[in-house]
Amino acid sequence: MSVYIIRRLLQAVVVILAMSILVFAGVFMIGNPAEILISDDADQAERQRLIESLGLHLPFYLQYLRFLGRALQGDLGVSFVFNEPALLLILDRMPATLELAFSALLMAIVFGIPLGMWAGLKPDSLASKSIMASSILGFSLPTFWVGIMIIMIFAVILGWLPSGGRGETRELFGFDVSFLTADGLVHLVLPAVNLALLKISLAIRLTRAGTREVIHQDYIKFARAKGLRTGRIIMVHVLKNILIPVITVLGLEFGSLIAFSVVTETVFAWPGMGKLIIDSINRLDRPVVVAYLMITVCMFIIINLVVDILYSVLDPRVRLQDVKG
Amino acid sequence: MTVATEFKEVDVAVAEAPMVVKDQTPFRRFLSDFAESKVAVVGFFTFLIIVFIAILAPWISPTNPYDLASVDILDSRLEPGEKMMTGTVAWLGTDGLGRDMVSAMFYGLRISLGVGALSGLIALCIGVCVGLASAYFGGRVDTIIMRVVDLQLSFPAILIALVLLATLGKGVDKIIIALIVVQWAYYARTVRGSALVERNKEYIEAATCLGLSHNRIVFRHLLPNVMPPLIVVGTVQVAHSIALEATLSFLGIGLPTTEPSLGLLISNGFEYMMSGKYWISIYPGVALLVTIVSINLVGDRLRDVLNPRLAR
Repeated sequence: MSVYIIRRLLQAVVVILAMSILVFAGVFMIGNPAEILISDDADQAERQRLIESLGLHLPFYLQYLRFLGRALQGDLGVSFVFNEPALLLILDRMPATLELAFSALLMAIVFGIPLGMWAGLKPDSLASKSIMASSILGFSLPTFWVGIMIIMIFAVILGWLPSGGRGETRELFGFDVSFLTADGLVHLVLPAVNLALLKISLAIRLTRAGTREVIHQDYIKFARAKGLRTGRIIMVHVLKNILIPVITVLGLEFGSLIAFSVVTETVFAWPGMGKLIIDSINRLDRPVVVAYLMITVCMFIIINLVVDILYSVLDPRVRLQDVKG
Repeated sequence: MTVATEFKEVDVAVAEAPMVVKDQTPFRRFLSDFAESKVAVVGFFTFLIIVFIAILAPWISPTNPYDLASVDILDSRLEPGEKMMTGTVAWLGTDGLGRDMVSAMFYGLRISLGVGALSGLIALCIGVCVGLASAYFGGRVDTIIMRVVDLQLSFPAILIALVLLATLGKGVDKIIIALIVVQWAYYARTVRGSALVERNKEYIEAATCLGLSHNRIVFRHLLPNVMPPLIVVGTVQVAHSIALEATLSFLGIGLPTTEPSLGLLISNGFEYMMSGKYWISIYPGVALLVTIVSINLVGDRLRDVLNPRLAR
C-alpha cells in the first residue's frame, strides 16, 4: 500500500508540473495585461517601469521559471488588479466556497439517500416514479438555469429569500462563515440548493440502485426470516451496505462541487473563489487565474487520492494496486 | 417510467423477436421498439422541430436581430406581444437592445446546436479511433491511452473547459476545441469497453485468419458492432455539450457577444430579471431546457432499446 501511495504521489507531482506548464503557457498567450493595466496617460518611461516591475518584458521560459521558483516557495504572483498576493486573495475567498460546497454535499446526503432508498424499496409507487423523474431532470438541467429559476421564484416573485450575497458572517476558527447567523443562513439556502441539485440526483440514483441490489441478498431474506422489524432491516442491514459506495462517490464529487461552484457563485453573487476566477479571466489578471487553476488542480489530486485510500480502508474487499504498465 | 419494468419488456421483446413475422428488418424492429415509449416519440419530434428551426432560422425569423440597421433602441425591453417600431409584433418581447426575442432565440438555437453537434461529431471521431486502437492493439498502447482517459475523467468537465478557455480566450473555435477536449474521453472509454468484448469473438478471429488488414478489421468488422452503445453515449453527450456551452457562455467565458447562443441570451437577460423583465432571460431558458430534455428523452429510450442490459 505504501508503494502504491508513493507512486500515486509521484504521478501527482508529474500531473501538477504538466498542468503548470500548460496553464502558464496558455495564460501567457492571451492578451497583453500591460494594455489594460497601464493608463493611456502614462508616459513611456512610466510604462517601461511598470512592465519591468511586473516581469512582462522577459521571454516566456524565463517568466515560467521565475513563476515556478516562486510557486515552490508559496508565492504565486501578485494580482495585477488587487495588488495583493494571488495566493492570499484565493485563500481569502476559499472559506466561502468550501462552506457552499460542504452545505451542498450535506444536502445531497440528507435528501438524496432517504429519497433514493424510498425509490429502491417501493419502485412501483407513484412517489418513487416522481422521485426518479425529478432526478432525471436534476441531471439534465444546467446548473445556471436552475439557479436563475430559483432566484426568479423565491427572490423575485415570492420575495422569501435574498437573491445573492453572503449575508452576515461570524468568525469560526478564524474563518468567516455564514451558517452561524440567521441572516447568513438565509443567504446560504438558495445557492446551496442550487449547487446540491445535481448531487442529490446522483445520490438518489446510486442509493436506489444499491438498495435494489442489496434487498435481494440472502442476508436480508435471512434477517426477515429471523423476524426482524422492517425498520431495523432497512436502517441496519440495508443502509450499512449501501452507504459505503454512495459516500465514496459523493466524496469524489466534492471536487466537482468546488468546480461547479463557479457557476453557482456567479449566479448568486457569492463572494467565493469561483466568482473571483471568472472576474479575473475577464480582467486578464494572469497571476490570479494561474494561481486558481493550480490550487484547484492540486485540491483535486489530493481529494482523489484521499478518497481512493479511504475506500480501501472502508471496504477491505478493495485492494489498492497499480495497473501493471 | 421505471427503468426496471422497461428492461423486462425489452428483454421479452428481444427474446420473442425471431418469432415475429411482420417486422423483420432490424431497423423496423428498432423503430417499433422505440415507438413503444410515447414520451420518447414526443421528445424525438420536438427535437426534430428544434433542428428545423435552427437550420431555417435566417428565413423564418420575423426580424434579423444582428442587422444593426433594423434594430431600433426605442424598441428595447418591450413586453411580450407589444408592437415594435417597424410594426412587427414581438411575441416574446424584446431584449435590452431592442432585438426581437423570437428571432434572437432562433439564431441562438442555431449557434447552440451547431456548436454542440460539431464538437460532438469531432470528439466522436477522435474518441472512436482512439478507443478502437486501444482495444484492438492492447498492451502498452492501451495502458497509455487509458491512463490519459482516466486522468482526464477524474477532473470535472467544467474545470477542464475553464482551464482551456482561461488559456485560449473567447471565440467559437476556442469553445469548440474546449468541448472536443472535454468529450473525447467519454467516447474513447465507451468504445474501448465494448470493443474489448467484441475483439475476442469468433468473427474477429475469422477475419484475422482471412488475412484482412488491421484497418479493414477495425473499421468494417469491429466498428459496426460497437455502434449501439456509441449512439446512446453520443446522444446524451450532445445534450451535455449544449448545456456546457450554455453554461460557459453564461459565465462570459464562452462565445463572444457577436455570436450569441442561448446561454449568452440568458446571461444578457439576467441583469434585467431583478426589475421584473423576466422574458429576456426566461424564454431562451425555456428553449434551452426543451432542447436538452428532448435529446435526453431520446437518448434514454435509445439506451433501453439498443442495450437492455446497460443499467445506469
